[in-house]
Amino acid sequence: MNLWLILAVNSVTLGGLLFLLSAGFSLIFGLMRIPNLTHGSMFMLGAYFGVTLIGWGFGFWLAALLAGLGVALFGAIVERFVLRRLVGAELAQVLVTLGLSFMVADACLMLWGGDPISVDTPAALVGATRMFGMGFPTYRLAIIVIAVAIAAVLWAMLDRTRLGAMIRAAVDDPAMARVVGIRVSHLFTIVFSLGAGLAGFAGVIGGPILSVYPGLDQDMLPLALVVVILGGSGSLLGSLVGSFVVGLLYNFGQAVFPELAYVVLFLPMLVVLVLRPQGLFGRAAP
Amino acid sequence: MKLRSPRGISAAVALLLLITLPFWIGNSYYVNVATQMLIYAILALGLNVLVGYAGLVTLGHAALFGVAAYAGATLINAGHGHIVVAFGALLTTVAVAAVFAVLALRGTGLGFVMITVALGQIAWGIAYRWISLTNGDNGVSINARPRPFGLMLEAAPALYWATLVVFLVAVGSMAIFVASPFGASLRGARDQPRRMTALGYNVWLIRFLAFLFSGFWSGVAGLLYLYYNQFVSPQTVALSASAEALLMVIAGGTGTLLGPIAGAVLVIVMKDIASAYIERWNFVLGAIFVLIVVFMPEGLVPGSTRLWRWGIAAWWPRATAVTGETGE
Repeated sequence: MNLWLILAVNSVTLGGLLFLLSAGFSLIFGLMRIPNLTHGSMFMLGAYFGVTLIGWGFGFWLAALLAGLGVALFGAIVERFVLRRLVGAELAQVLVTLGLSFMVADACLMLWGGDPISVDTPAALVGATRMFGMGFPTYRLAIIVIAVAIAAVLWAMLDRTRLGAMIRAAVDDPAMARVVGIRVSHLFTIVFSLGAGLAGFAGVIGGPILSVYPGLDQDMLPLALVVVILGGSGSLLGSLVGSFVVGLLYNFGQAVFPELAYVVLFLPMLVVLVLRPQGLFGRAAP
Repeated sequence: MKLRSPRGISAAVALLLLITLPFWIGNSYYVNVATQMLIYAILALGLNVLVGYAGLVTLGHAALFGVAAYAGATLINAGHGHIVVAFGALLTTVAVAAVFAVLALRGTGLGFVMITVALGQIAWGIAYRWISLTNGDNGVSINARPRPFGLMLEAAPALYWATLVVFLVAVGSMAIFVASPFGASLRGARDQPRRMTALGYNVWLIRFLAFLFSGFWSGVAGLLYLYYNQFVSPQTVALSASAEALLMVIAGGTGTLLGPIAGAVLVIVMKDIASAYIERWNFVLGAIFVLIVVFMPEGLVPGSTRLWRWGIAAWWPRATAVTGETGE
């Protein structure tokens, strides 16, 4: 397989992981109006939880699910007991998430040490799958399938269920949503917890590709930030498209301009911020 | 400020203590810690122009600090004299600050924060990855401290006094800035941007100039940091460095002249103590951040007064009931 094709597959895989990370980030941003700077920490925390659970003898997928649930619980606690105290003070909330991200990062360093931990690919998905006369790494294909499946479930949840309708209403106009009897503060907890859980889950299934190391949070958070700014906050389609764009920019940037990889990554985001602040798929603020 | 007023006397005493510090503190290690405090106090003063007086919270200021340090190191290693180094580094910083300002001032509030995060990350990415320019993770070091105007800065007290002079100029310029019509218009632009526009002020321009002023002093601090440390690495421009600077401003109390200085002293002391006893400075940094934002958002000095009163009220309800009556 030639270099460009490998890069393309890696880009789409990273895009899938980024979607799992940034879908929650985007919903939180759309609903609570804050960039949740702990989101990278949730990803890393999930990855470390997964490593420990696998070490205790759980299967890979069960470990990923449990780690996701654990991180979701942690997210719910953070929202309910810390961010809730600061309702309306969005800047204070952002600063608190920043402080928490330092605490989580240091706690992980303390508990799991500074060495990178590699995660084994689940045995059933090792190797390559032949498609169109070429071999593709099976595990990467599986990640793409999972990301697309979760995207479909999230879309159905947002577009077809009562909860989704309430979330959309609160994203559009929180004050009016409260007036018609939607408990927006409950939605905050639910969405924050859901976003954290998805990020934690993504951390585990990203493990075999990215491995788990201190600083993983600082690597992932800016990517999620770029995705959401590119795609627009509160928009599922926006995070999906943004994730794949960032996946491509990141991998091709690393390969073509290794010294300027971060510039290649952040420049499109700046252009979007300057020309279209609401993002490619976001709606302008009313 | 009259010389015989209590404020004038305490300022004179403080100045005297600062000038004589290397004599009574003894150990050159502590002199170096004091130098660090002054350097970060200058950074915090500069940052406070934006965070406190302009109401624009930025998480990319370490980039400006770092640009000055990197530019200074590159110029020194190219063999330039100290005047070229200082002017070159500060001009570069102000130019970068201008670019930052044009981009970041597209947004206010959270938009501004996010753009500054992105800009800071670009600066970090360049410092970390553009190896031919910045030597990547290994950083850039300079062989010896430059000797501006023939001053020998090798000894700890000499560098301390040089930094103190710059620090006093910074404080003076801040005092003038706060009292000036420009300072007033900046506070106006923070509190009532629409009214200021209606009154004929160019709010964007006011904020832009404030950004340059803030960037200039961050650059001065960055250059002093280079002289002090003789080394600069990507860690200097990392997000945690920006957060640390922001913590100094917020901890001390935003929009006050002395707050950022107190904040810088506090953070450096905490960092010094924390790193002597535990390795977990980042955990402590995060925890202080969370506690201050949740419990004393107005800053440590006014906040601890409030908590103190609240504590007294909780312990001796009768006493406060009495003081409450006399107070009203």
